[in-house]
Amino acid sequence: MCTVCGCGEGETKIEGADHAHQHVHADGTVHSHTHQYKHHHHEHGVGGDLDFGAGPARAHVPGMSQARTVQIEQDILAKNNAYASENRRYFDERGIFALNLVSGPGAGKTTLLVKTIAALKDKVAISVVEGDQQTSSDAERIRATGVAALQINTGKGCHLDGYMVGHALERLRPAEESLFLIENVGNLVCPAAFDLGEHHKVVILSVTEGEDKPLKYPDMFRAADVLLLNKCDLLPYLEFDADLAEANARRVNPDLTIFRVSASSGDGLAAWLSWIEAGLETQRGKRMETVDALKRRVAGLERKLAAN
Amino acid sequence: MHEMSLAEGILQLVEETARRENARRVKTVVLEIGQLSAVEPAALEFCFAAVAAEGVARAARLVIVDVPGSGKCLACGLAQPMAALFGVCTACGSHRLQPTGGSEMRVREIEIE
Repeated sequence: MCTVCGCGEGETKIEGADHAHQHVHADGTVHSHTHQYKHHHHEHGVGGDLDFGAGPARAHVPGMSQARTVQIEQDILAKNNAYASENRRYFDERGIFALNLVSGPGAGKTTLLVKTIAALKDKVAISVVEGDQQTSSDAERIRATGVAALQINTGKGCHLDGYMVGHALERLRPAEESLFLIENVGNLVCPAAFDLGEHHKVVILSVTEGEDKPLKYPDMFRAADVLLLNKCDLLPYLEFDADLAEANARRVNPDLTIFRVSASSGDGLAAWLSWIEAGLETQRGKRMETVDALKRRVAGLERKLAAN
Repeated sequence: MHEMSLAEGILQLVEETARRENARRVKTVVLEIGQLSAVEPAALEFCFAAVAAEGVARAARLVIVDVPGSGKCLACGLAQPMAALFGVCTACGSHRLQPTGGSEMRVREIEIE
């Protein structure tokens, strides 16, 4: 939607039916513009900082309050998103595959990480960031598996952000073509809004919770690409309807990839592990493409130099 | 309570702009908050008042413009309003509704003097 006038640019496209905007300039001229197919908002040679007509009175009266309006038009999360893009570039340049694991407290994120690491650590280098409000007990559980882990305590904060993960990258210095796992603070609300630079958010829901959790916390299930339905070994003892839970999750996010697993028994983990390995392969491929493109550029430049 | 982080993000944008424009004070901050964004406007107002308490925006009025949620049915293609992140298509009854608008969280403009 056009945020200046509220018209639905990009939603309704009717050829030949552009609508008009009227506005008043500082010198009192009134004129109007039609919306083009791709419209823009412009200033008429007068920068926002000298536009006396932009005040509430739409005109400048000497002696009156110089209140004026300055357009900002920026995403509130712009700063976080910039840090996140920086992290993503770091990962992509090095062929690293990064996942952000999110869930409510107690869904089994850490146990699942420990099992995932145990299964993959001989094939790929792994580093882990652990987010919790307090304690470093999770990082200690991860370190016991033999891989590098860094604990971030958010204190009163309820989520990790792009800035924190950027600092963690400096400390951990993950290896090229490695797996980077971020265990977010146990919270199904806030981490949904904060991009950390990961390639996918993975949401974990355990069968000891309710089938309606995806409907109660839609933001998180919407933001995730993968759902791990955990503790499935307990299904025979519970009234939890796994099909209903999956259907609810797909109502919120039709494109969700779902795996039913049990971190403690190991059931279903093979499919999840193959999904990770496919992601690692994609990142390696992307990196090779970049390296190849660079090599071609260097070769081209060398040819040019030789020709001179 | 990620409204606190959002309030800090807003304040950063507001203070940067106010400094650039040599403003003495910020009178109004206009935000656009989509109906489908994970923001509670009342909590955001409370948090903004708390984080802005010291600086140039301490007495600023926060105006929150609601942006209605909208979406498109992936099954039949109909564009329609959406009140939540999921719903049922008003035309074909499919659950495959994809939100297309209403997730914005933006600072639109500030009024300064």
